[in-house]
Amino acid sequence: MIVALIDYKAGNLTSVRKALAALGAEILTPDSPADLDRADAIIVPGVGHFEATAALDAGWHSAIRSRLAAGVPLLGICLGQQWLFEGSDEAPDVPGLGVFPGRCVKLDPARGLMDDRAPGARYPVPGSLKVPHVGWNALKQTTRSSRLLAGVQDEAQAYFTHSYVAPDSDATVAITEHGVPFASVVEHGLVFGAQFHPEKSGETGLKMLRNFLEVA
Amino acid sequence: MLSKRIIACLDVRDGQVVKGINFEGLRNAGDPAELARRYNVEGIDELVILDVTATLEKRRTMARTVATVAKELFIPLAVGGGIASEEDAAAAVEAGADKVSINSAAVANPSLVTSLARRYGSQAVVVAIDAKLEGNRFGVYVRSGSTPTGRDAVEWAREAADRGAGEILLTSIDKDGTRSGFDLPMTAAVSRAVSIPVIASGGAGTFSHFSDVFTEGCADAALAASVFHFSEHAVSELKAHLDAQGIPVRLR
Repeated sequence: MIVALIDYKAGNLTSVRKALAALGAEILTPDSPADLDRADAIIVPGVGHFEATAALDAGWHSAIRSRLAAGVPLLGICLGQQWLFEGSDEAPDVPGLGVFPGRCVKLDPARGLMDDRAPGARYPVPGSLKVPHVGWNALKQTTRSSRLLAGVQDEAQAYFTHSYVAPDSDATVAITEHGVPFASVVEHGLVFGAQFHPEKSGETGLKMLRNFLEVA
Repeated sequence: MLSKRIIACLDVRDGQVVKGINFEGLRNAGDPAELARRYNVEGIDELVILDVTATLEKRRTMARTVATVAKELFIPLAVGGGIASEEDAAAAVEAGADKVSINSAAVANPSLVTSLARRYGSQAVVVAIDAKLEGNRFGVYVRSGSTPTGRDAVEWAREAADRGAGEILLTSIDKDGTRSGFDLPMTAAVSRAVSIPVIASGGAGTFSHFSDVFTEGCADAALAASVFHFSEHAVSELKAHLDAQGIPVRLR
């Protein structure tokens, strides 16, 4: 099993590499879109600014789309998931891959005050919601079936660190709330996305990576 | 809802954990990888490895320790202690750290925060602040709490956040090692002043200290070292306690 881990210089890939290695995958870091021909699965990781995805130019877009058409599954992690949508307010001129509809928007700190007063939360409310959204939060599964979430408990928690979020769409298979609800896991056909870091989310995350490798 | 994080700190010297050794029921407590494994099973949310010697010649030992711990750990791992330059940070990241924690070097050279955030992203940059009450403000100290800087903790936390820090690790010098509870006024003051998460540290002694720091102290995460050595199940018991208090935590 060869997994292409696309390094477009958006953050450090050590953790993703380590998790994939632990699951027995062989990792390929493609230098050019043509290298994707050798891959059984493609992962677009990434943290940081959406601008960084500009490195994934038209050549990468078309190579990734053609591998998808050939039956090779694709997983976007964090910024990589956002890139699967049409674009992001963070870098309005940079197009995403556009396999999912809609644009990514910034979490709004002003929304925190009301939402943190949810039933059951008895702790006093700080001035506002913290953004970036950093830490463990629940994945509330939707009614749509998901291969990525197979065997993952509803409301299982995963580790997030991000400021922008993907919109809800027909592809949403799990929702997470941080002031606003957003798509934390998306899936359609062979395209999968996780807003959190499965490689940092303990057993829950490893299970999802294992599920992804099984699709391939 | 976002969970409040419980972070375990391993104070490491020459590849061995130096706090909490010899507590009952702990086999091989001096081995950081062994402790990390146990905490992970118990449901710890994150680990910090703090190199308490952090001299130049110890760097390689440290990198080996980090690599060993990181190898089988799939939760966030931060590394701190004596990180003074981009090169030091790079060595920690290369060894498997997801975040680096910088303290004295950030005060001496605040642009290090900016350059590390640019290179690794804000999520990888933790600015550690050691502070204590000085009249009507909280003064920042460096060099393991020995040297006053004349800076105000709230103001420095704001600057660090503006420069791209992803989190603030706030340690109370007054409370550290006392087991008398976290410094609630200081934690709340800093947490309310910045939009990034604040990790409270120093003073943890009982489970209720943690609920206090998440409520009154407005902390986003709490860090402790020796308190987790008290019993074999301290982490899971702590989380059950917090859950019963209505504080959102990750349960397993």
